Amino acid sequence: MTRDTPLETDGGDPRADGSGTAVADSAAQTDSSDESLLDSSFDVEDRSHASEDTDAIVEARDIDVYYGDEQALQSVDVAIPEKRVTAMIGPSGCGKSTFLRSINRMNDLIDAARVEGELLFDGKNVYDDDVDPVALRRKIGMVFQSPNPFPKSIYDNVAYGLEVQGKTDDVDEKVHRALERAALLDEVEDQLDESGLELSGGQQQRLCIARAIAPDPEVLLMDEPASALDPVATSKVEDLIEELAEDYTVVIVTHNMQQAARISDKTAVFLTGGELVEFDDTAKIFENPESQRVEDYITGKFG
Amino acid sequence: MGNESFDADLTRSAHGQIAKERLYHWLLFFCAALTVFVTVSIVVTLAVDAVAFFRQVDALSFFTGTEWESSRGTFGVLPLVTATLVVTAVSAIVAIPIGTAAAVYLSEYASDRMRSVLKPALEILAGIPTVVYGYLALVYLTPWLRKGGLDLSMFNLLSASIMVGIMIIPMVSSISEDAMSAVPDSLREAGYGLGATKFEVSTGVVIPAAVSGIFSSYILALSRAIGETMIVVMAGGMQARMLDLTNPFANLFNSGQTMTAAMVHAVTSDATGGTPEFYSMFAIGLTLFFVTFSMNLLSNRIAARYREEYQ
Ligand SMILES: Nc1ncnc2c1ncn2[C@@H]1O[C@H](COP(=O)(O)OP(=O)(O)O)[C@@H](O)[C@H]1O
Ligand SMILES: [Mg+2]
Repeated sequence: MTRDTPLETDGGDPRADGSGTAVADSAAQTDSSDESLLDSSFDVEDRSHASEDTDAIVEARDIDVYYGDEQALQSVDVAIPEKRVTAMIGPSGCGKSTFLRSINRMNDLIDAARVEGELLFDGKNVYDDDVDPVALRRKIGMVFQSPNPFPKSIYDNVAYGLEVQGKTDDVDEKVHRALERAALLDEVEDQLDESGLELSGGQQQRLCIARAIAPDPEVLLMDEPASALDPVATSKVEDLIEELAEDYTVVIVTHNMQQAARISDKTAVFLTGGELVEFDDTAKIFENPESQRVEDYITGKFG
Repeated sequence: MGNESFDADLTRSAHGQIAKERLYHWLLFFCAALTVFVTVSIVVTLAVDAVAFFRQVDALSFFTGTEWESSRGTFGVLPLVTATLVVTAVSAIVAIPIGTAAAVYLSEYASDRMRSVLKPALEILAGIPTVVYGYLALVYLTPWLRKGGLDLSMFNLLSASIMVGIMIIPMVSSISEDAMSAVPDSLREAGYGLGATKFEVSTGVVIPAAVSGIFSSYILALSRAIGETMIVVMAGGMQARMLDLTNPFANLFNSGQTMTAAMVHAVTSDATGGTPEFYSMFAIGLTLFFVTFSMNLLSNRIAARYREEYQ
């Protein structure tokens, strides 16, 4: 990736703006927003309820992740507060997805991946020998970068998690509720038995969110959930995330900094080399970061 | 290419190129046309000879008759059709579960190393000449099953159809495995992310997503079983026997004659050209052709339906 161009580093990933034809436009936009970044006029939302800290539900202690011989994360320490939105930002390839996947042990699925250190969930190290990753993933839901609905009906997509987790009572009600919370129910109410693949990209991603929250996990991990969406769908998903934070702990990876500023309470900044450089209240990170490198990154001076 | 005179080069090579392209076009067209021509001629030949047969034998009694004794001039095709169905059904019972399970193992469970050993092994299985399977069925499988307590005749449809089933396992497993491997990892991740076990992901996500390919593998394998000749001739025997629905085991445990076996019989017997016994071969051949043809149609229909639903 050409990380040395300001376009890429200020979080204005052209893909985030939807279709390819919009790239030129978005370049212009991000350029101008780049100016405003330098004036540090970040639109950090006032989430007053979030000002007081809650207990950490996920805590990483000195986490290193390797893919074969290559180190993707270097001694990451972070404490993710319960029922808050925590954003992970940083240039691409800096290990954000890797960190997210180490929380619910999705890295287990990659043969080459190796995790060292402690990752506590509710105080329990999830890498202990007696932890069943399947049980862990039932408590920690995940939404992926590109929408990946099953080639099943909309209803079956949402019901799948309930089914495998044995939560088979009131399935109908739970499916409807999950779709409602994902702000999708109105649009699909009378096509629940049609294939989830027939929905638009934005609807598919909300379907995936509904699918993830239907079994009622405690934590929701989202890996750039809006990166493949157009601006309208993106703003729907963002609204949704803020609402979800009332009941869930949300950890969201994004390399759109405006998005992180808008929706998160805490922000972790990863920089190249798999280092977590700074972790603090979102307002602090965007208005007055401790680290010069973080400031440079946020103002687009470096990537 | 040279950098000499650009202009001259441009036109000369273009001329040569166009002529070559035209040649390729016709060469490729000729090969495509040849396959169509061969297929059509086969059907026409079959039909013409079958018509010669039906001049001598009443078509209705051919298609509804329950007795086949060609040397005596009794031509009821149903014993042959039902024997073929029995062989196909038993081989399906053997091949579909084992083949599908093997495909799931290869696609979802096996390590890369294991896969690199197993896949070639399965391909070897697919490359064994059917005469070898026929021999194995007659010389080993039948005696084993007898030792196991089954009251089998020397020639019997059970051994033959089990062996046909074994023969088509690689077809089911390799085509199904291709279909399962083509399921994007993002769907597996979605399943695991929801707390599904590997088995649940395999059966609840991967198989449904690959269902049209899996189904095609079944149909192809069963078409192969229907047309299989050598194994059923060698191990199944040559005696036509009408399926007794009240006691199908009698058919399995004794010798039987499939459509293909009856065709072999017609060629190898002393029957000479012109006799109905000889021409019966073509009538059976045509029947067989329509059975496999309709199975292929069916499979296309089913695959198309699932594709609509799932993609
Ligand atoms: N499955 C994998 N196998 C090997 N290396 C990987 C794999 N996934 C990611 N990496 C490497 O780990 C580093 C971090 O990747 P990732 O976590 O995807 O970054 P991000 O999400 O921040 O873009 C990159 O250098 C990437 O090449
Ligand atoms: Mg990533």
